[in-house]
Amino acid sequence: MIAPLADTATDVNVGEQIVFWVTAILSVAGALGMVLSRKAVHSALWLALTMINLAILYVANSAPFLGMVQVIVYTGAVMMLFLFVLMVVGVDSSDSLIETIKGQRLASIVFVLGVGILLVWGIGNSMVETSSVGLDAANAEHGGHIEGIANVLFTQYLLVFELVAAVLITAAMGAMVLAHRERWTPRPSQRDLARARFTDGGHPGNLPNPGVYARHNAVDTPALLPDGGTSDISVPGPVRARGDERSFDRVDIEEVRAISEGETTLPEEGRE
Amino acid sequence: MNPENYIILSAILFTIGSLGVLIRRNAIVVFMSVELMLNAANLAFVAFARINGNLDGQAVAFFVMVVAAAEVVVGLAIIVTIFRTRRSASIDEPNLLKY
Amino acid sequence: MTELMPAEGVFSLIWLLIALPLAGAAVLLFGGRRTNAWGPYLGILTVSASAVLGWIMLVAMMGNSPEERTFDQTLFTWVSVGDFQANMAFQLDQLSMVFVLLITTVGGLIHIYSLGYMSHDRDRRKFFGFLNLFVGAMLILVLANNYLLLYVGWEGVGLASYLLIGFWQYKPSAAAAAKKAFVINRVGDVGLSLAIMLMFITFGSISFQDVFGSAGEASEGTLNAIGLLLLLAAAGKSAQFPLQAWLLDAMEGPTPVSALIHAATMVTAGVYLIARSNAIFNLAEIAALTVVIVGVVTMFMGAIIGSAKDDIKKSLAGSTMSQIGYMITAVGLGPVGYVFGIFHLLTHGVFKAGLFLGAGSVMHGMNDNVNMRRYGAIRTVMFITFITFAAGWLSIMGIPPFSGFWSKDEIIHAAFEQNTLTGILLIIGAGITGFYMTRMFIMTFLGKARWEEDVHPHESPKVMTIPLIILALGSVFLGMALLFWGNIETWLEPVVGYESKEAPISTGVAIALGLLAVGIGVLIAYLQYQRKPIPVEAPHGSWLTRAAREELYGNQVNDALVVTPTLVAAKAATAVDEKGIDGVVNGSAAFVGALSGRLRRYQTGFARSYALSMVGGAVLVILALILVGAS
Repeated sequence: MIAPLADTATDVNVGEQIVFWVTAILSVAGALGMVLSRKAVHSALWLALTMINLAILYVANSAPFLGMVQVIVYTGAVMMLFLFVLMVVGVDSSDSLIETIKGQRLASIVFVLGVGILLVWGIGNSMVETSSVGLDAANAEHGGHIEGIANVLFTQYLLVFELVAAVLITAAMGAMVLAHRERWTPRPSQRDLARARFTDGGHPGNLPNPGVYARHNAVDTPALLPDGGTSDISVPGPVRARGDERSFDRVDIEEVRAISEGETTLPEEGRE
Repeated sequence: MNPENYIILSAILFTIGSLGVLIRRNAIVVFMSVELMLNAANLAFVAFARINGNLDGQAVAFFVMVVAAAEVVVGLAIIVTIFRTRRSASIDEPNLLKY
Repeated sequence: MTELMPAEGVFSLIWLLIALPLAGAAVLLFGGRRTNAWGPYLGILTVSASAVLGWIMLVAMMGNSPEERTFDQTLFTWVSVGDFQANMAFQLDQLSMVFVLLITTVGGLIHIYSLGYMSHDRDRRKFFGFLNLFVGAMLILVLANNYLLLYVGWEGVGLASYLLIGFWQYKPSAAAAAKKAFVINRVGDVGLSLAIMLMFITFGSISFQDVFGSAGEASEGTLNAIGLLLLLAAAGKSAQFPLQAWLLDAMEGPTPVSALIHAATMVTAGVYLIARSNAIFNLAEIAALTVVIVGVVTMFMGAIIGSAKDDIKKSLAGSTMSQIGYMITAVGLGPVGYVFGIFHLLTHGVFKAGLFLGAGSVMHGMNDNVNMRRYGAIRTVMFITFITFAAGWLSIMGIPPFSGFWSKDEIIHAAFEQNTLTGILLIIGAGITGFYMTRMFIMTFLGKARWEEDVHPHESPKVMTIPLIILALGSVFLGMALLFWGNIETWLEPVVGYESKEAPISTGVAIALGLLAVGIGVLIAYLQYQRKPIPVEAPHGSWLTRAAREELYGNQVNDALVVTPTLVAAKAATAVDEKGIDGVVNGSAAFVGALSGRLRRYQTGFARSYALSMVGGAVLVILALILVGAS
C-alpha cells in the first residue's frame, strides 16, 4: 500500500522519494508527449499517462480519495469524452506542425520559459526549509480521511457544493443545446417524397428490365426497343459504370429465334 | 522529503500545459493542455493541504475537478459545433472576430 | 421744468393715440387675407382717428395756461429691477403735440395717397399694416416720458422702415437697401442704448423729468459723453454724416414710404431726440458744437448730392439730408435755435411730403420711370401735380411768403446770433438748395418733352391729388400760420426754452442775403437747364458732379473703413478656425485614429495570440510580485 508511506511524511522517506521521482519523471514525460505529439489521439494517451501518475502523487500526498476521483473522473470519464470527440472529429488527421502565426512559436517558448523559470525560482526562494504538517491530525479529528473530507465538503463548503451541482446541471444543458442540430424545414412526409420523385422528370415506375433471352438471363444485356434499338436505362447503373454492358448482338437474336423455332443446333460459327 | 518538490513539479506541469495552449492548433489538444494546467494546480492544492495540515486544499481540488468536468463538457460541445460548420478543429480557423 | 399735469378729460386718451394705429397694424398683419378687402380702409381710419384726436387735444391744450400744458399718463410699471424702474408712461407736452399732429396728419394724408398709388399692388393690405406700424412706433417715440420707452419706439421705427424699404423684397436692390438701412441704424441705436445706460449710471433714472431735473449735477464731461452718444443715435436715424449712406438707397421702397420716412417720421426722430434732450445739450458745449458741425457738413453733402442726381427720388432724398442738416444745425445752436429747428421740421414735413407725393404722382404717370432726363413738359399733362409741386418748390427754396421761407430764415438768423460763420454757410446752403430744386423743377415740368416711346402721362386719380392739394396749401400757409397765429416760439418755449441774442447783422440783411443766394442758385439752374437743351444721356460732368453722383463716395468710404476690414477679419477668423482650431481637433482625432488603426492590427482574431499576450502579462505580474517580495 502506498497510503501508509505518506502518513509518515514529515521524515525523510525513501519510499516516497522513489515514488515521487518515478511519477514525476513519468508525468513530465507524459505532459511533453502530449504537447509534442502530431496526432491528437497520441496526445490524449500521453495525457492519460500524466493523469494516472498525478493520481499516484495525490495518494502519496495523503489524498487517496482525490486519487480515486482523479482516476475515475479524469482518466476515466474526461479522457473518454476527449477520445469520443476525437473520433467524431476525425481520428486520422495529424496536425501540421508548421506555425502559421508569425513569431508565435518563438514568443511562446520565450514567455513560457519565463513563466516556468520565474515560478520555480519564486517557489524555490519562498519554500526553503519547509516541512509538512501532515494530515494525520486532521484525519483523526472526524475518525478518518473520508469522514474528514465529507466534513469539509458538507459543512464549510456546502454552499459551494450546491453551486457546483448547479454548474454541472447547466453544463449538461449547455452541451445539449450546443450539440443539438435544429431542423430548419419540416420533415418530408410520404406524400412529399412521392411528389418529389414524380416532379423532377424521373422514371415513375420500375425501370425497364434488361434484355432477357432464353439462352441466358444476363443483366448486362440491354433490352430491345420496338424500333430495334436498345434501351440504355435497362442495364443497372453500376454495371454501366463499370463498362460491363454488353453491346447488342444480332447473333443473339438469331439464336433466340432458332431456339424458339425448335432448332437445337447452335450456329456456333456465327459467334466470335 | 521536501514538499517543495511537489510544488515545483506542479509549476513545471503548468508551464508545459501553457506551452501546449500556445503552440498547438488542434482545439482538442489545446483543451487537453488546459486540463493539464488544471491538474497541475490541483497537485499544488493537494501538496499545500498536506503542508498546512488541513483538508481545505483537498476540498478545493475536488471542486476544481468538478468544474473542469463541466467545462470539458461544454467546451467539447462547442468544438463539435464548430467542427460541424467548418469541417475543421483548428483553433485558428474561427478568426472572423477581429479588426 | 414745468409742472406735470395729471392726464384728465380728453388727455386721458393719450394712450389711444398710439393704440389706434398699432391696433390697425395688428389687425392687418395678423388678420391675413381675410382683411384684404377692407384692410387699407381700416389703416386709413385708425390713423385719421388718431389725427382727429390729436387736433382735439391741441384745442384742449390751448385752453390751458402755458405752464399747465404738460400731461403725464402712467399706464403701469413696465420694468422694475432693484433701483431701476421704467414705466409704461406717456408725456404729452407742446413739443410732443406738434409731433403728434405732424405724424398723424401728414401720415394720414400719405395713407390716403397710398390708396391710389398702391392700388395695383397685390400686398396692399400688408403695406398698410406696415404703414400703421410705422406711425404707431413713431408716436410711441414722441410720446414716451422716459428714454427706455422712447427706445422702444426708436427700434419700432427702425423695424417698420426696414419692412417698408424692403417692401418689394423680390428686387435684390430693395432687399439690400432695407438691410443697409437696418444695419446703419443699428450703429446709431448702439449710441442711444449706451447713452441710456450712462444716464442711468449718472442720474439713477431714465425718465425725462428726473434726468433733465438733475442734469446740472453731472460733470460736463459726462454730459458731453451723453450728448455725443445721443448725437450718434440721431445721426443714425436722421441720416446725418457719417451715417448718411442708407437714406439714398432707401428710395428703393414705394414712394409713399419715402414721403413718410422723409417728411413725417424716421428722419425727424433725431431732431426730436436732440430737442427733447435740450437740458443736456445746453450744458454740454462740445457735444452741441459737434451737433452744429455734423449738421452743416450733412447740409452741404445732401445739397451737393441733390444737385447731381438724375433720379428724381434720389435728388429729393439728397434735399432731405440737406434740410435735416438745417434742423440739426438749428437744434445744435442751443436755446436760440431749438424752436426754429422744430419749426423748420414742421414746415419741411409738410412741403417735403408734398414734393415726394408729387414726384410719386409723376412717376405714376411715367410708368415708374425715375430718370428726370426722360421727363420734361409734364406741366402740360399733370396740372394739379405741377401746381402743388411748384408750391413745394417755392417753399423749400425759402421764397416769401411760402412756409419754408419763414422757418429757414429764422434758422439762418439764429445761426448769425450764435456764430457768423455758421450763418454764412447756411446762406450758401440755401443758394445750393435754390439751384438743385430749380433744376429738378425745370427738368421735370418745364422745357420740352423727352419721354420714352410708349409713355402716356396722365393726371393721377383724385385720391392722390387731394392729399397733394392739402399739402400744397400747407406749403403755402403753414409757416405764416405757425409764426403769426400760432406763435411757435412761445408755444414751444416752456419745453425747449427760447432766447434771442444780438445778431451781427439785422434781420432784413439776413433775409436779403438769403434771397440773393437763392436767386443766384435759381439763375444758374435756369441758364443751365432752361436755356440749353437737356441731353437724354447724362454728360460726363465735372469731378464734383461725378463725386456727387457717387453720393460723395460715402458707400466707398463705408466699404473701405468698415465692410472690407470686417470681411478680412471674418475671413481671418474663419481661417484660424478651420486651419488652427479645427486642425488641432482634427489632427488629434487623426492621430488617435491612425494609432487605433495600427493597434487594432493586434486584434488578430487568433485565440492563441490573445493567450500569448495573457502569458506575457503573467510573466510581468509574476516578475513584479517576486521583485516586490524580494525587496
